Parts: sequence; structure tokens; C-alpha cells
Amino acid sequence: MSKLIKPTPTLTRRTLLGTAAAAAATPLLGRYAQAQSSEPIRIGFQVHRTGIGASYGRWYDRTTTAAVKRINDMGGINGRPVEIVAEDDGTDPKRGAEVVEKFATQHNCDIGFGTLFSHVVYGSAPRAGELKLPYFVVSEGHHVASGALNRWTMQPGITDVKSQVQAMAPFVANNLGKKVTMIYPDFAFGHDHRDYFSEAIEKQGGEVVAKIAIPPSETSFTKYFPKIPRDTEVIYHVMIGPAVLTFVKEMGEFFGPSKPEIFGFLDSLEAVDINSPGLEFLEGTYFWEGNPRYAQADQSSHDKMYREAVGVDENGASVSDAKDVSTYSHMFGCWETLNIIKRGMEAADYKGTDDRSNLIEAIEEMSDMPLSDDHPQGAKRFNGKTHQTFGHQYISKVDSGKLVLAHTSSIEDTLYEDEVDYTTQSF
Amino acid sequence: MEFGPHLLLASLEGATTAAVLALTAMGLSIVFGVMRVVNVAHGEFYMLGAVLAWFIATSVGTHPALGFVAALLIAPLLVGFLAAGVDRLILRHINYDPERTIVATIGTLYILQQTTLMTFGPDARPVEPPFNSRIALPWFEWGENGFEFYFPWGLSTTSYKLFVIAAAVVILITLWLAITRTKAGLIMRATQQDSDMAQAFGIPVKTVYSVVFGLGAGLAAIGAVLVVPIQQAYYLMGHDPLLLSFIVVIIGGLGSLPGTIIAAILIGISDGIISVFFTPTLAKIFATLVVAMVLVFRPTGLLGKSTS
Repeated sequence: MSKLIKPTPTLTRRTLLGTAAAAAATPLLGRYAQAQSSEPIRIGFQVHRTGIGASYGRWYDRTTTAAVKRINDMGGINGRPVEIVAEDDGTDPKRGAEVVEKFATQHNCDIGFGTLFSHVVYGSAPRAGELKLPYFVVSEGHHVASGALNRWTMQPGITDVKSQVQAMAPFVANNLGKKVTMIYPDFAFGHDHRDYFSEAIEKQGGEVVAKIAIPPSETSFTKYFPKIPRDTEVIYHVMIGPAVLTFVKEMGEFFGPSKPEIFGFLDSLEAVDINSPGLEFLEGTYFWEGNPRYAQADQSSHDKMYREAVGVDENGASVSDAKDVSTYSHMFGCWETLNIIKRGMEAADYKGTDDRSNLIEAIEEMSDMPLSDDHPQGAKRFNGKTHQTFGHQYISKVDSGKLVLAHTSSIEDTLYEDEVDYTTQSF
Repeated sequence: MEFGPHLLLASLEGATTAAVLALTAMGLSIVFGVMRVVNVAHGEFYMLGAVLAWFIATSVGTHPALGFVAALLIAPLLVGFLAAGVDRLILRHINYDPERTIVATIGTLYILQQTTLMTFGPDARPVEPPFNSRIALPWFEWGENGFEFYFPWGLSTTSYKLFVIAAAVVILITLWLAITRTKAGLIMRATQQDSDMAQAFGIPVKTVYSVVFGLGAGLAAIGAVLVVPIQQAYYLMGHDPLLLSFIVVIIGGLGSLPGTIIAAILIGISDGIISVFFTPTLAKIFATLVVAMVLVFRPTGLLGKSTS
């Protein structure tokens, strides 16, 4: 028996010797049972503090902290306080799997949460499945709904790329043009864009005339732009990593005065001021936004509350530093996911790690979630079978150096047929 | 894009890369030539140059040109002093022993990188160029009306990129004059040829080593200050320049300054052209292949002299 157990601190081993063999997988269960009312619920937060996802990580951190504070102020979950155990994964898939393992075996976390970059999700989710750790990603990748992952992995708080691009394609084809050149990062997330947007634009009678993949660690971009065919009507760009500002700037320098229509995913400028020098050419172009960065004229009370709680001003920057621009299109996912976890734990009457599968089942039962303080980005429809949520998408136009909302897609625009039914998989 | 304009664009991109690379690799080459030290932390001195440039430019903060000029003057100096300090505190104490200097500079690499991460943070930060206007470039063709010029779509560069090339050329010429025409250069060359004999003639070899190590790091920092308005300051940016510098120095011949320049131009331009026409990955494969071939057929590099 002991040979099957991974080396763990001696304390755990001693506890093991003293308890029944059934407790092997959850060595500290006994302690929880004694003090279940006061022991905090521990949420392992896998955060990109360093590496190419660092600016997202900073804001995911702030949003998570704010969301947990709000939950604790309202009395916690099932009367227990929530504690965040943050671990940096360096935006690295290998480290990601190790961090998940640490959550389950060292930190004794109830769940894992918060991963953004899709290659890290791909690297970490299988380990979470093996360890039977509920793993809530906030990533946008189509990996969850595609069926590539497992029953323990869910994405209830943020929509996926497939549904996003499906909702964008009609707008692009009808308003901007039918011949599209795509520029995207060369990893899982970018490939989702490539595959599903190509499919979606063809349904609208358009076509993708060129697909330009750029390594996510690239720092110089002019060399890629000559591959854009001359008959391109629309540039579709989505980029991530530390050099996004350079990417957009060099794109402007390349086109000069004779640019085609430009449609971007705001990922290309997350955490970057849209009024940075060299970005003037973006005036009049369109962006997908997960959640409008600039407070709009018809801002909801929920967005107002959420902005204040996280510390974001009406231009989408930190209230303490106007140059510290947020990743507003993505970070709401942390806020909403944590609120869903809270409701799930309450519905499952979650007491400890033994109830992990009940938590998954409770969330699988969920469906419509109205616009509220819990869901400030907008209403959601969760699909328990595919473990993926669906929601409104926003298209904004750059107008006088601000992103002004031009179109809001319906939830129905983003739906597609189920590709998997995780509920049929055993725990 | 058609072939002609495409090639011109690729060459221009390559020339900018080559200019920065020549400066950075020159720093590595001088340090190896004079001190026989393989400086693995070279890329981090480059990164520090960029990070300090951001810091100086934002602290000065009035006109972008003022901040940039201040950065160009101060950042390389600071990096140079820091490197001289590394020489005194670390390298001197291990007697420049080849194996131990490699381990010591690897340690320095991590210290510099992680200290930057802890202070400057993990974000990429831009420095505004002192001037930057797009220059559309003409191309010619034999059309129905005979020979004519036109402006192809996308064929352009920026005034700042041209400035980087010019600045690198000026700095390299100054460096060459300093080494060949001044007394300091003479002392450096004497130390390079035979440090024991130089010491016997009263040359303070230890001081020369510190100055050379600082100069090498300073050159990398200058390259970084020049490139930071095009790219951005980022704590992991030292990796690629280190790798490319090693490639350049090995191809050019360790310690050979003209060889370094030739190899920098070769690698920079080929990188530009191969990246544009094929893929950036293929450009790296090509560079590594050249290194392998050079090591097999001409182990001393293109212009390197065999050390007897």
C-alpha cells in the first residue's frame, strides 16, 4: 500500500499510519471532520505570475482577491471562509501540472481554479483528472467543450473561442468584408481561432484567404505581414504574449495609409492602453470584447459594482495607476467562476474533499444564470454536458481613442451542437 | 507581395537585426578575445540595458527624444559599471578559470534575471522612439509605359529603424578606431596577446579585465537601448540575443572583431530573409546549421586564428 503513495511530508505519513486505509487519498480528512465549521475552504489558484501570461495573471489575481473578499463578506460558503492558495505556474504547461499536484497533495486544496493560457490548461487538466481534483479553468479555449479533457475540468465562467468567433463571423462578413486574412498565435488558443473562424466565415459566404501563425514568444512582426495577400478585405488579428503592443504597432506601420478593414480580438491589446503612441491607425477599427473595457453610456449597476470592487476606473485601468490597464475582456471569468463555485458548493452541501464529485454534479445541474452582481458581464447559459458556458459577446469600435460598444450578440448566436457529454463519464 | 519588394523589405528588416546583433555580439567577442571568458550572462546585460532605458526614459519623462538620449548615454554606463563589479567580485576570485567562469556567469544570469523580475516586474514595457515616421519605399517595374516607379503595398520602413542601422555603424567604427588608434586600445590588444608579458611591462591587467568586461556588457546594453523603442523591455528578452551572439561569435571566429561583424551581417540578413520568405523557425535552423558546418570545417571560425 505504502508503495503506491507518492512521497509526502512525514506528518502526512504518520497521520496515514494512524487512520484507516480508506483515508489514503485524502490524508487530512480527519482534521476537516473535527473542525468543519471553521476550517476554511481552500481554493488552489493557478496564476500566471511570470512568463508570457504575466499581465493577465496580475489582473486575474486582483479579480480573484476581490471576488473572494465579497464572498467572505457575505458569510463565506456554507458558513466557512474561503481561502485562496495562489501558486505561480510561470505560464508553463509542465509547471502547471506540478502546481495542480501541489494543490491536491500538499496544500490540501478543495479545488483548483483560475488557469488561463490554453497550453497550460492542456498540460494541467489531465493531472487534475487523475487526482480527482475539481478544476475550474478561466481560459476561453475550446478544449473543455471539445471533449478533449475530463469530467473534473469545467469552464463555467467564461465563453469559449468557438462560440465567440461564431458570433463574430456574421458581423465581419456583413459589415467589413468577405475575404479575410487571419493572424493568430501558433498554439492551441490560436488554432481554435483558425479552425472555428474559418468554418464560421465560410457559412457566411466569406473565405479566409491566408492564415498567418506567429509563435507566441515572437518579438518582431514586420516579417510576417508581407504574407498578407493583396486582395484581403479584412484583417482578423488575435495575438497574445508580452509583445502585443509591438505587434499592433508594426501592423500599423506596415499598412500605412492604405489599410484594409481591421477586426481584432481585444486579446491583441489586453493590458495595453489603446492610446499608446503608434496605435492611432486603430481609430475606426473594430474589436471583439469579452466585457467592454470602457464604462459604456448604458453601464449596468452590476458592472459598476464589479469595477469598483476590483479597482478598475471607467477607462479600464487601475484606479491607483492609469497606466496599468486591465485585462477586462477576460478577468470577469474569475469573478463569475468563483460565484458559481459558491453556488455549487451550497447546492452540494459541500463539507470536504469527499464531496468533490457532488460539487461537479451540482454544477452540471446548472443552466441559466441571469445578469446580476454574481454575473456582471452578462447573462450566461451553462451546458452541464459539455462543462462550457455560453454568453453575450461584444463588438466595439475605436472612436476618439475609446472602445465604444457597437454590437452585442445574443447567447443564441454563440450556441453550437454538443461535442461531448461529460456526465456519462464516471468519476 | 511580389518578389522584388518582398526581398527589399526582408533585407531591411534583416539589416536592423544585423545592426543590433553586431553590437551585442561584438561585446561578447571582445570579452572572449581579451579575457578568454565565455560570458553566459551577456544576454542579461542586454536585457538590463533595455530595462534601464525604460526606467530612465520614464523618469526623465518630458519629450521622448530627451528621455531616449538620456537612456542611450546613461544605461550602457550603468550596465558597464555593474559588469565591472561582477568582474571584481566574482570572476577575479575564481582566477578566470574557464569552467568556473561559465558556472559563475550562469549564476549571474539568474541573479540578474530574477532581480529584474522582482523589481521591474513581468510585464513588457515600451519606450517611445525619439522620432518615428513611416517611410514608404518605391519599387520599379517594366510596365506598358516602360520603366516606372510605384509604391507597393506594405513596402516601407521607419525612420527609426534606419537610425538604428546608422547608429550601429557609427558606434562600431568608433570602437574600431578606439582599439586600433588609441593608447587604451593598445593596452587592450597587448593584454589580449599575452597578459603575462603585458603585466611584466606594467600594464594593470586586472583593471584592463574589469574595463573590458564592462565594455562588453556596455555594448550589449547599447544594442538593447537602440532596439527597445522597436520592441519592448521585458525580463526574458536576453535569451535570443545571447544565443544569436554565440552563433555569430562562433561563425566569425572567437575574438576576431572583423569576423564578428561579417557573421552578424550574414546571420542578421539571412534571418530577415528566411523569416520573411519561409518561417522564423527555419531561420534559426539555418543559423544553427551554419554553426555546425563552421565547427566541422573551420573550427576557428571564418576569421579566427588558431591559438597555439
